[in-house]
Amino acid sequence: MSMINYASREINCKLVYYGPGLGGKTTNLEHIYGKVSPNTRGKMISLATETERTLFFDFLPVDLGTIRGFKTRFHLYTVPGQVYYNASRKLILKGVDGIVFVADSQLERMEANVESMQNLYDNMAEYGYDLTRIPFVLQYNKRDLPNAAPIKDLQGALNPGWPIEDLAQQKVMPDSAHPGEHLVEKIGAEWVGRAPYYEAVAVRGDGVFDTLKACSKLVLKTLS
Amino acid sequence: MTGAASWSFSESDFKQIQGHLQAFLRDSNARCALLVDRTGQLVATVGDPPQFDPTAFASLTAADFSANDQLAKMIGEPEFASLVHQGERESMYLADIAKRVILVVLFDQRATLGLVKLKARAVVENLNKVFEEMFNRVGTGPAQQKGLLEGAEDEIDKLFG
Repeated sequence: MSMINYASREINCKLVYYGPGLGGKTTNLEHIYGKVSPNTRGKMISLATETERTLFFDFLPVDLGTIRGFKTRFHLYTVPGQVYYNASRKLILKGVDGIVFVADSQLERMEANVESMQNLYDNMAEYGYDLTRIPFVLQYNKRDLPNAAPIKDLQGALNPGWPIEDLAQQKVMPDSAHPGEHLVEKIGAEWVGRAPYYEAVAVRGDGVFDTLKACSKLVLKTLS
Repeated sequence: MTGAASWSFSESDFKQIQGHLQAFLRDSNARCALLVDRTGQLVATVGDPPQFDPTAFASLTAADFSANDQLAKMIGEPEFASLVHQGERESMYLADIAKRVILVVLFDQRATLGLVKLKARAVVENLNKVFEEMFNRVGTGPAQQKGLLEGAEDEIDKLFG
């Protein structure tokens, strides 16, 4: 739920990093925290266990700058990835404006990715949010590992596409991040839409800002 | 619904809210009142400026309130409409406003919990009215200004280089 405050001339939006445990959600935020100038970001809050596993959430506010006289601020949250923290995970989704799903590319984490994606769809549905209609970006993390699954397989399992029934949206939309690929295309007789995806190695920072930028852009587009 | 509804408030809404909160602080002897929306965003601060990071404070408040909401449901209560955190010197009182916003009152030994609770009842009622009117107006307010965020993409590009 974005909030436009005309009195203090601020626009606030909420982005949530979702995904399986140990997938790199917190690492994404830590990298952003480390790279963004202290003038444009706030304090990072981590509610974690003693072993640094996220217990409730991590939180990082980032100012994008002033747009049309309005200070634009994104509140970045991560959820706890571990399966048994679903109650807390669901709370963080309340009022979300955009989602980044951080998938763990390792072959042996495929099942955990699929389970987490299903959990995301379920939790969003419980709030009455439609994941195919709000800003949503996937990040395939840990691409540097030797046991990383091919992108084609990850896309097939996590981002197979959804049918586009709205005639106005039935036009080919190229994926600017991946030449030759499309975010909306006709497959057989059906129009299919997919979420944009980015490859990343979050510990090195590769792909972290591409993902954040893509999702922030989509959120601001929904406001304009 | 595709996502959560956006809402916006104008300068006159803000003045009304400030007026109610200032009167409440005067009557209750509390130090400071903050309004935080349920997604963790700070809406307003009135009274002594807080000596902590208000943005982080707001996100933790929303999480605290949401967690307690779920606890209420588990024990068969529809909600806990208000919460109290009492410290040795500093205390907090939190109350729900129109199911979308949380009023946080910070007070010290100069105020008593009883007085804060008593006076909060009236300000909560007044703020409920203000916010309900505001939410009913969504869609007709200034948020609908076309092209408000035109040029936003350039700004994002600039920030992330």
